[in-house]
Amino acid sequence: MLDDNDLQKYSEIARRIRFDVIKMTYHAGSGHPGGSMSIAEILTILYFKHLAHRPSEPHWENRDRVILSKGHACPALYAVLAEAGYYPRDEMWTLRKFGSRLQGHPALDKGLPGIEVSTGSLGQGISIAVGIALSFKHLDNNHRRVYTILGDGEIEEGQVWEAFMAAGHYHLDNLVAIIDNNDLQIDGFVSDVMNVHPIFDKMKAFNWYPIVAEGHDFNSLNNAFEQAKQVKGMPVTIIAKTVKGKGISYMENVAGWHGKAPNRELAIKAVEELGFPQSALDKDIAK
Amino acid sequence: MNIYERHDWKMVPSRNGFGRALTELAERHPELVVIGADLTESTRANYFSEKYPDRFFNAGIAEQNAAGMAAGLALTGKIPVFSTYGVFAAGRAFDQIRTTICYSNANVKIGGAHGGLSVGPDGATHQALEEIALIRVLPHMTLFTPADDEETRKATIAAVEQINGPVYIRFGRAPVPSITDESTPFEVGKARIVKDGEDITIIACGAMVAESILASEILERDGISVRIIDMHTIKPIDRQAIEESARKTGAILTVEEHQIEGGLGGAVAEVVVRTYPVPMDFVAVNDRFGESGEPMELIKKFELDYESIARKARELSKKKA
Repeated sequence: MLDDNDLQKYSEIARRIRFDVIKMTYHAGSGHPGGSMSIAEILTILYFKHLAHRPSEPHWENRDRVILSKGHACPALYAVLAEAGYYPRDEMWTLRKFGSRLQGHPALDKGLPGIEVSTGSLGQGISIAVGIALSFKHLDNNHRRVYTILGDGEIEEGQVWEAFMAAGHYHLDNLVAIIDNNDLQIDGFVSDVMNVHPIFDKMKAFNWYPIVAEGHDFNSLNNAFEQAKQVKGMPVTIIAKTVKGKGISYMENVAGWHGKAPNRELAIKAVEELGFPQSALDKDIAK
Repeated sequence: MNIYERHDWKMVPSRNGFGRALTELAERHPELVVIGADLTESTRANYFSEKYPDRFFNAGIAEQNAAGMAAGLALTGKIPVFSTYGVFAAGRAFDQIRTTICYSNANVKIGGAHGGLSVGPDGATHQALEEIALIRVLPHMTLFTPADDEETRKATIAAVEQINGPVYIRFGRAPVPSITDESTPFEVGKARIVKDGEDITIIACGAMVAESILASEILERDGISVRIIDMHTIKPIDRQAIEESARKTGAILTVEEHQIEGGLGGAVAEVVVRTYPVPMDFVAVNDRFGESGEPMELIKKFELDYESIARKARELSKKKA
């Protein structure tokens, strides 16, 4: 169990990530807030408790790797990287702007510290993660771990199941795939558009070790990440039950907030709901 | 009598050169790993996998994942070589090559086997006639289309030892004339002048280089002097050699075992129109799918054989100003 201090610390970070996502996408005028909100707690507990990394030394050889397979949720990734100190916070407000290192989807060639690879075409990040885990486990024999985050809509891609099969086949117990199970994709409910359930049984059948977690509950997520480290001989998936748009009343469970930025009125409402002053929305924004 | 016998050309599949290069490279580069997709023997990756089983990973019949895994391996400092048939590598895994490998400039080498009509009897599904077009539009990519076994070996070695970034090597299945040997130079991005001539230039790639040499013998009997270029690197293409050929011979015929749109011919034409426009024509598969048959039968039917090349060259040379 996490103690109260930890819980408070992580809750604060997740709250700031949500605020940053709103501020970034509002000033960008576009972006993907819904699926960013649903992974705020996942990224927080990963980067601030479980990940072996050095923000001041992003290419540190012994770091664990994080691959955001659902690349469109990069506002949340950019926020957690800034929070961890990978790059200056002010740069966040350049999201999606001309010349920015914070591209609309993660871009390796722009050199933002903490970005391991370009992702955004769904279903591809998981294969990259499998390749890295394969290299660590079967060639380098090191103890580095690979974490990848997928959307539940993303797993409709056939490539994902090719990758799942390969990870099971090669017994990649250094690989953890977190499935952000918010049940929504652009066209509506995942179960209506193309039902992916039962995910748990499918993962088992693909020789993975599935764990179900409450994706906005730090204790539940923490237990899942701890448990994942104990599993030997097979890759682990954490099926995180989440809410798309979590934390913003008008965004929660609304598919329309997948890829749309809030207007000024709604951005202010979101900022206030998150407990920040209205003025924070425009603070440090270059005119 | 087989026309090739006149030349004393040994007939060897270019894929053998790919396999030979892998084992040669394996000794020098412990970070070299090979990824197969269930076609290990067909692509000759088995030369490597049998000797270095710990550095070989089979992805199964799953090319999209194989391409992504290769990128992951590259991100950890390995030099992955992924090989399968060209139709599956360039076609099925195109977005993975584009977005995961090229966009991240991952140091992945792709062996595109069974290029062209060389897989003969398997028919259109397996005959790769589109990869040059697909692959040469990708930023960061290098594309080799070697002419024979030995040049495929050299191209594969160059891909690993001289290029830090994605490379696609297109080679074939059927035995083709060995027209180069160990001493023949191979320079990345530099066209190989097979022979010089005055009246027309034939720029060819793959097994069509040998076919073009045969065509030139017919043409020279008719008094047409032919310059022949082996364009083993299509991206980056040797602009200088193309411009020089245009200036020198005033007409360029391209020859390839590939669709007429977007292939070697297109790549050469893009340079010609921007440097020194001269009459051009293309010997290529004319916007149609392949079919079953022995490779040589198909090459004749699709008018890629030396007689067809000579005919087109003759017609083209008449159009010269």
